[in-house]
Amino acid sequence: MSTTLFTVTADQFFVLLQHWVVSFLPGSWQPVAATVVSSAAIVLLFPILFALTTVFERKGLARIQNRLGPNRVGPFGILQPMADGIKSLTKEDIVPTTADAAVHFLAPVLLVVAVFMGFAVLPMGRNMVLVDMDAGLLFYFAMGASTELSVFMAGWSSRNKYSLLGAMRAVAQMISYEVPLLLSAVTVVMITGSLSLTKIVAAQDQYSYGLPHWYIFTPWGFAAFVLYAISTTAETNRSPFDLPEGESELVAGYHTEYSGFKFALFFLAEYVAMFSISGLGTTLFLGGWSAPFAFLSWVPSWIWFFSKLMMSIFVFIWLRGTLPRLRQDQLMNFAWKFVLPLCLLNLLVAALWRFMGDGWLRWVVCSAILVLAYVGMGLIGMRSKRLGPRSYRYAE
Amino acid sequence: MSFVFYILATLTLAGALAAVMLKNTVHCALALTVAFAGLALLFLNLDAQFAGFAQILVYIGAVAILVVFAILLTKGSETPKDGVFSRTWLAGLAIAAAVFAVLGWAVLNSAWALPHETAVPEVTVKQIGDALVGRYVLPLEIVAVLLTAAMIGAVIVAMHEKERTK
Repeated sequence: MSTTLFTVTADQFFVLLQHWVVSFLPGSWQPVAATVVSSAAIVLLFPILFALTTVFERKGLARIQNRLGPNRVGPFGILQPMADGIKSLTKEDIVPTTADAAVHFLAPVLLVVAVFMGFAVLPMGRNMVLVDMDAGLLFYFAMGASTELSVFMAGWSSRNKYSLLGAMRAVAQMISYEVPLLLSAVTVVMITGSLSLTKIVAAQDQYSYGLPHWYIFTPWGFAAFVLYAISTTAETNRSPFDLPEGESELVAGYHTEYSGFKFALFFLAEYVAMFSISGLGTTLFLGGWSAPFAFLSWVPSWIWFFSKLMMSIFVFIWLRGTLPRLRQDQLMNFAWKFVLPLCLLNLLVAALWRFMGDGWLRWVVCSAILVLAYVGMGLIGMRSKRLGPRSYRYAE
Repeated sequence: MSFVFYILATLTLAGALAAVMLKNTVHCALALTVAFAGLALLFLNLDAQFAGFAQILVYIGAVAILVVFAILLTKGSETPKDGVFSRTWLAGLAIAAAVFAVLGWAVLNSAWALPHETAVPEVTVKQIGDALVGRYVLPLEIVAVLLTAAMIGAVIVAMHEKERTK
């Protein structure tokens, strides 16, 4: 009995901690205080995770590129984020004379606020969700959509051609990839029959033969997950879709004219958006906080959520170290001619899956449709490119 | 009418007024976005989750961006020398006041015509979804076809222009 009590306590540790903190206050304040405590936890946790991830990323990239990476501050460069933080706080805050001061100031603030709002509906563990909203997914995407305007505000108010070009690229890219992002998430809603993220996790928190019912382990779910991963990479402006910040072309894109703490805010927003969108991907396709095997369900649920989240971050870093940047026309063609049609087809496949009932037949039919579509579209796309042996003009 | 309602109403009205009064066109677009956000918050204040989030998703996420793009791509972001006010502003004001009067009259009358509801109806997103693909599926499909046709039309117009310039 004591072991089960221990598991439950470990699983619900943060929930109990919150109740304990709140219990010191008078009764009428408690609901408000509970929200404030949870929000404070979220606002504290993710910047810390951001600081750790910057070291992790620089170390990981260095390893991929066969060099050492940060190694001067603290043992193995672990304290590098502290140095970076102090540097960005003490740096002079430069606003260009021609800049639109009010909009220039508001842009990073609004961006960070909108990015943090998404965490309100993400279930980070059993009973660990700030607002259990009926329309949670809709709320998440509404908040995600409002980040685009702050990116534009930053680029436009700087009165710099690189900033404006970067902002236009960023907004065009984010709008283009928002369509496949939404469409790939909609399949999950179709199967679960709910927009509530807690219900989506609950639907995946089941096991047959000790294996989980995660949506990624179904044909439509796997396809949707791959499409979702592509769209999120583009949506967060990460390599290979980092055209808005392409250093060789645009200096730093929409935040070229930002320095000091405002620049740090943009940097923070980019990483927090990465955490948040990875968290949503985890919730939608990787079973949220549920354990990967039935016999491992004694491990606290929040450990699973954050492990899956950090795995996604690792994949982001890995992609950044491996793939070259796309060209603008390739980016748009890829979104509208390949990802979007596959997303639409996947909607039909998900509907088929829903109405074909249990049995092996739906596995065969759904997988066959998706594989055929992928191979066929790939072949057609490759043919129009007329790829052949590489010819060198100058370096024979 | 609660305290929150007055804050949101002030925000929305201030945004809408700024959208007409400001000199810089991009500032106007941003002020319009504030008005959109205020409307979304008003919907949420009435517990209309679906309407509120759809308002944010569509208006702040898409329409505001579209407005801003249109301004930048048509070189309209510089303020004209003779001010932004049209010369026929008096007629415009009269028409706006007339429309507002008709709307206000209709709203005030409908409150008496409708049966008085005592309890606040609880409409979940699921119910709206069921209604959209059940009872109202035909209007939904017609709107979808109309929007698709409009989009194809816009693409064709743009393509035509490109061919002519060649």
